[in-house]
Amino acid sequence: MSTDTTSHQKYYVPESSSIPIVFAIAMLFFGVGAADAVMGKGTTLLFIGVATVIGTLAYWWSVVIRESHAGLDTPQLNTSYVYGMAWFIFSEVMFFAAFFGALFYIRTFSISWLGGEGDKGLAGELLWPEFEATWPPMITPEESLMGDQAVTKGPDESMYLHSIGNLGTWLPLYNTIVLLTSSGTVHFAHMALKENNRKRFNFWLGITVLLAFIFVILQALEYYEAYAHLGLTLNTGVYGTTFFMLTGFHGMHVLIGGIFLATQLTRSAGYNHFTDKEHFGFEAASWYWHFVDVVWVCLFLFVYIL
Amino acid sequence: MSAVVENHNHHDDHHHGPKKGIMRWLTTTNHKDIGTLYLWFSFAAFLLGGAFAMGIRAELFEPGLQLMDPIRYNQLVTMHGLIMIFGGVMPAFVGLANWLIPLQIGAPDMAMPRMNNLSFWLLPTAFAILLSTAFMEGGMPGFGWTFYAPLSTNYPNVAYFVFAIHIMGASSIMGSINVIVTIMNMRAPGMTLMKMPLFVWSWLITAYLLIAVMPVLAGAVTMLLMDAYFGTSFFDAAGGGDPVLFQHVFWFFGHPEVYIMILPAFGITSHIISTFSRKPLFGHSSMVYAMVSIAVLSFVVWAHHMFTVGMPLVAELFFMWATMLIAIPTGVKVFNWCATIFKGSITYETPMLFSIAFVVLFTIGGFSGLMLAITPADFQYHDTYFVVAHFHYVLVPGAVFSIMAAVYYWLPKWTGNMYDEKMGRLHFWLSFAGVNITFFPQHFVGLAGMPRRYADYALQFAEWNAVSSVGAFLFGLSQLLFLYIVVKTVFAGKKATPQVWDGADGLEWTVDSPAPYHTFDVPPKVK
Repeated sequence: MSTDTTSHQKYYVPESSSIPIVFAIAMLFFGVGAADAVMGKGTTLLFIGVATVIGTLAYWWSVVIRESHAGLDTPQLNTSYVYGMAWFIFSEVMFFAAFFGALFYIRTFSISWLGGEGDKGLAGELLWPEFEATWPPMITPEESLMGDQAVTKGPDESMYLHSIGNLGTWLPLYNTIVLLTSSGTVHFAHMALKENNRKRFNFWLGITVLLAFIFVILQALEYYEAYAHLGLTLNTGVYGTTFFMLTGFHGMHVLIGGIFLATQLTRSAGYNHFTDKEHFGFEAASWYWHFVDVVWVCLFLFVYIL
Repeated sequence: MSAVVENHNHHDDHHHGPKKGIMRWLTTTNHKDIGTLYLWFSFAAFLLGGAFAMGIRAELFEPGLQLMDPIRYNQLVTMHGLIMIFGGVMPAFVGLANWLIPLQIGAPDMAMPRMNNLSFWLLPTAFAILLSTAFMEGGMPGFGWTFYAPLSTNYPNVAYFVFAIHIMGASSIMGSINVIVTIMNMRAPGMTLMKMPLFVWSWLITAYLLIAVMPVLAGAVTMLLMDAYFGTSFFDAAGGGDPVLFQHVFWFFGHPEVYIMILPAFGITSHIISTFSRKPLFGHSSMVYAMVSIAVLSFVVWAHHMFTVGMPLVAELFFMWATMLIAIPTGVKVFNWCATIFKGSITYETPMLFSIAFVVLFTIGGFSGLMLAITPADFQYHDTYFVVAHFHYVLVPGAVFSIMAAVYYWLPKWTGNMYDEKMGRLHFWLSFAGVNITFFPQHFVGLAGMPRRYADYALQFAEWNAVSSVGAFLFGLSQLLFLYIVVKTVFAGKKATPQVWDGADGLEWTVDSPAPYHTFDVPPKVK
């Protein structure tokens, strides 16, 4: 938290720029387009929005990289980036906290009250006398009442490990191994970069990016399985809800993190960016990657095991 | 604190001045320009949200349905709340932060100037999306600014509301990251944390709260969107969820949000009261600790908004006691302001009038908050006009008065001109009368049992509602006077000195009035 700057080094304040306003307009397209798409009014605006958002962001970052190479950023500006990234990751932590909080509330309170536990169980007893509190609920309260006529259906099978014999074919375990390994490989890459060993850096970073995309593919397979064979969908009550929302947002972050890392790989292998001292783009990507990894560990514990 | 501004003459100093015309405002990276944009945006939102409030009060002037159907009324109530909170109060404080933080800590600008511009321009974007629902079939959201499920999950056009909130949240998070990084990384050498001006401190804490809770709001609207359009069951008991879960997630955001809208006001008030009492602030460090305590406590009191939803008894008790604890640090702050005024050489310029009114009226709002915190009593008060009176006392003569005080206090620094003191005082007295005539009677009708969010009411509440409506129109119209005073000061007025107020202290008073386009290119030394 030091504010000491070497004297005469001025903080770089960029000239006026039209990137942000273009980005804001892109967000207008994106916001209206997303709402239109959700409400079934067509997806044209959404595509324009996504394309312009990605395009503007890519251009914005390319400008930042060029400024950095032009020597415009001081150690103080780099500190700003470091703090900025740290606080951004904190905001992401809080986003996941909301969904984990919802999961814990549902598992601890909603389900047991609906099952008739305690003073609060009265409503559950009266409305859904047949519903039994279990986790995961394979039968939703509505289904317990209406049998097969139910609007919302419970899944036929959960994502938990059903018997130890199935361990070898249990996808989440492979996902865990893939992601934990990638956290190690991204660390090896960082160590290699600090020793200025570019070849080793590119190698380990490449492995990390590969693992990231393997994870995404495995996750897609898992979703396919859930929808096609397990009867587990977004509509199958609160278990499907929490399962897909938590793993879905995590998967999205893995995809973003993977693209983030792949960009750094391209910069290093293709354009020879980064030195042993200056490589914040990579460092930020690796922090983000470790964060995504930690979220997965929590997910594995609370969504797949406990 | 005294400061010496060093003048280095660099030959590579090529200052980029402002661009000409509209492009200056669209593309600016200057914290002063962006602060101005935020402040004008918030003023516009204040007038629009105020117009909606006038609609509400016109309908409530007498019992019966006169001007609109209940759906339109609900839409006005909802949009009034959303516009005032996300468009009025929050952007006003961000605007002040933009103008003042770099000046007060001796930084050349905000840490990430282009992102700063983006934070601002996302706001008009988000409000364009939100307001566009007015022209759609199904109309604007009408489920209250708290958008409780399952009402909101069954409401038309809720997707536009959701993405508007997402974009506002992105704007707030980026703005807050900018503020925190600026404060942590760009203070002038010698400005230790405890030497930092209180407005800066209040914003450091506010920004932390914002980064912690805006993502939770994003989570809440995402769950809402999924429940409304994708068949999930977060808030649907038939699928195993719980509508009360919505309220927990929402108020986990909502309560810190309340402090987000008042902490910067604490900072502003501390500066102004000290200046016009011509005494250093009493208990500077205890002010800091009080704000930190309030921020920490704000995370563990959310369910006091939900005493009547049927929580387990132990939760009701916990949230009652935790809420009451907040009275302690708040009491410390009020005590310190009073102790600063005590035996001071006081003059009553407009900012001081607004700040003294802030201390008195905010404290009244605080006391009614304590009443509401008592669980058994809240069963009587819940969702009555007593609650409306309570939060309007902390938000209007609280947050909004402090913003007006800040505008009068720093306007000479921003424009180089003194505002018209007589007109300023007139504006104060009209606002002061208007606010109290509007909101004080709402305590009475609330305690007598008048419920919130109804377009019609029983005859016994007629007199006080009529009084309240008259007060509201007085308050609303006197804000046009405020607009006139500000516009006049921008273009003309007695020239302001750099010091502006003889009792003022801080780095912002060491630069010229109006503050040059670029200040503190080289950080000043703070002793």
